[in-house]
Amino acid sequence: MSTVTVQLFASYAEMLGAPTVELPLTPGTTVQDLLYRIRSLPGASALPSAPRVAVNRSFAASDQIIEPSDEIALIPPVAGG
Amino acid sequence: MRRSSIVTSEIDPASLINEVGSPQYGAISLFIGTVREVNDGRSVTAIEYSVYKSMADAELERILDEAEERFGVSALVVEHRIGLLGLGDVSVAIAAAHAHRAPALDCTRYVIEEIKKRVPIWKKEHYVDGTREWVDPARAAQASSV
Repeated sequence: MSTVTVQLFASYAEMLGAPTVELPLTPGTTVQDLLYRIRSLPGASALPSAPRVAVNRSFAASDQIIEPSDEIALIPPVAGG
Repeated sequence: MRRSSIVTSEIDPASLINEVGSPQYGAISLFIGTVREVNDGRSVTAIEYSVYKSMADAELERILDEAEERFGVSALVVEHRIGLLGLGDVSVAIAAAHAHRAPALDCTRYVIEEIKKRVPIWKKEHYVDGTREWVDPARAAQASSV
């Protein structure tokens, strides 16, 4: 089975205690499916109900299908400026 | 001249003005964001900025594309600093030049508002009492509206 690495930043990295998490990836997995799997990880219960997800450096819709080669990141509320 | 950069050293706003300036333009608009000493009623001593750099670079370029299309501004430079910044330090600078003032002013406003909504940069405030907290603008807005 292939896997995908999810990058975590700022408050989310602190919640889950790591800058990345590795998850199994089955064909047809969507952004929403991936969030469901992330929620079962230790510390993830503190995540908001619908965190923003980036796929290949762009914000992704919840029904977007994830490929093994995709660059995935969970994006906490941004606060630039 | 069009450029966006995430930087770790001090931002020099004058150099941004020099980059966008040209005799063909009659207006240069410059926005500078600085570290403020109070947020949500708490005394801040410093702010630690972090970034998802590859996406921030891409998102900044998309914002510059949109700004150029909307306002016809092609002389546009943005620098955002990350790392540990002290009070009064410049965290972001945006310079836009155009033949006329309205597009230049509208452009800098657009770019800073979009940065705040979309660019994956985070800040952790350090407070006088020694505590530290990640800033969530949505939560702060909610708190100040009650």
